[in-house]
Amino acid sequence: MNLIKVAKLIFEYTKYGEEGEVVGTSRAIDNVSFDIQKGSFVAVLGHNGSGKSTLAKHLNAILLPTEGTVWIGEDDTKNMDALWDIRQRAGMVFQNPDNQIIANVVEEDVAFGPENIGVPTRDIWTRVDESLKAVGMTAYRKKSPNKLSGGQKQRVAIAGVMAMKPDCIILDEPTAMLDPHGRQDVIRTIHELNRQEGITIILITHYMEEVIDADRVIVMDEGKIKMDGTPKEIFSQVEQLKKYRLDVPQVTELAYELKKEGIPLDDGILTIEELVNGLCQ
Amino acid sequence: MLRDITIGQYYAVESRIHRLDPRVKLMGTLIYIISLFIAKGIVGYVVAGLFLGVIIRISKVPLRYMMRGLKSIIFILLLSVSFNIFLTEGTVLVQIGFLHITKEGLILAAWMAVRLVFLILGSTVMTLTTTPNNLTDGLEKGLGFLKKIHVPVHEMSMMMSIALRFIPILIEETDKIMKAQMARGADFETGTIIQKVKAMVPLLVPLFVSAFRRASDLAMAMEARCYHGGEGRTKMKPLCYRKQDLAAYSILVLYLVSVVVLRFI
Repeated sequence: MNLIKVAKLIFEYTKYGEEGEVVGTSRAIDNVSFDIQKGSFVAVLGHNGSGKSTLAKHLNAILLPTEGTVWIGEDDTKNMDALWDIRQRAGMVFQNPDNQIIANVVEEDVAFGPENIGVPTRDIWTRVDESLKAVGMTAYRKKSPNKLSGGQKQRVAIAGVMAMKPDCIILDEPTAMLDPHGRQDVIRTIHELNRQEGITIILITHYMEEVIDADRVIVMDEGKIKMDGTPKEIFSQVEQLKKYRLDVPQVTELAYELKKEGIPLDDGILTIEELVNGLCQ
Repeated sequence: MLRDITIGQYYAVESRIHRLDPRVKLMGTLIYIISLFIAKGIVGYVVAGLFLGVIIRISKVPLRYMMRGLKSIIFILLLSVSFNIFLTEGTVLVQIGFLHITKEGLILAAWMAVRLVFLILGSTVMTLTTTPNNLTDGLEKGLGFLKKIHVPVHEMSMMMSIALRFIPILIEETDKIMKAQMARGADFETGTIIQKVKAMVPLLVPLFVSAFRRASDLAMAMEARCYHGGEGRTKMKPLCYRKQDLAAYSILVLYLVSVVVLRFI
């Protein structure tokens, strides 16, 4: 079943000169179409300015298409009557952990979403309990967000989205401002949510390591989808990835270089084990 | 250095006063201030003083801590006392040049001082026993009736609580910018006041830019989480009156009535 359907999406924004006059338009997204299946884990890769964040903002109607259509379930994002419904079902987590936490206490921040959609008080409490448990932050519920680390703040933000009972969560470079430890925590958390709660995950990132365990990888460049496939399929095309200014994981790179030197190896090696097995054969 | 600033002056202990609904405390402060202007004569002020004393006792906040609040008004206090002493007409007791001290002036000044001290102590009790968040909640609900005349009560309280959340973040950021500029030779410590103010400009510009960026990010995050104003919004921790709040209200009414009665007998 398709949860998200994007058809011929085009997004243009107007460029202004120094005096505020219109200089021209710029295409951030250029004729993009894809479907996302319910329960899948999709990673969107792309260099800075590839249009991946702009695409993410279309998925919960923060931006509306210039041309084309985005459907979340049955609803067109241009339909203003379904706006709050769409935003409840497609939750969004942003890059900067500080700029998306609203309340002064962790549990109250998690409650912010349910409060907005008018959930009765008693249900808010159960939802907050469940969401904090799902991201492993129950111990910090009474703390001030200012006392938490970046990774913990990001998990609180994820809990805040979970409390709205979404079908999918879109994460716009959630780990870009985190240390390696916090990054691991966040990625582990979203994989757990995907597996245990069946939440569809759309992870936008430029860290290759975070993409390896995804079900599907979409590579974007200059507003277009350039590659679409399983991580193995994508990472076996090292040359092409480099063309889009993307790196491959270290192991893949090593296997690629070894293969070029004449050592027989499979394409698209993603983990150390795979490489070890390949070399020992 | 900037980290030491505390917001509000909440004194964290468990007491009956701390547990009261913030609306009761706001209303109580208002009633107390009104009562100070109604009260007349020694008996009236003794009642007001006793009432305050008992409240402070129950609140478990040390009196020494309360007195700190008075420091800030000492100048105003001295000014109004001296105006009252020197400028009141009546029976002259001492004459120094064109200044004269009258009997009426002294009495008036004494009342004035007592009234001001009580007033400040009374409102300090409220700020010391209520967290800023609670206070915002109390204001939103307590002033809810103003919505009918289109006062944006919910929006104002939302702004207050967001401000409270971002003050420490912005302070930290100021600290960072200051250090970055000091590392490149900026001097914030020496020079005349004008030079010091000028040195703040390169500090304020990046701070403002970043504050605006944060605000726009936050607005987007709030919208993404379905925020659309106070309409149809529920609360995780709604304020509701309990028995002790109603008891507190009756005590307040009783107190106000007795002050009014004492004035007219």
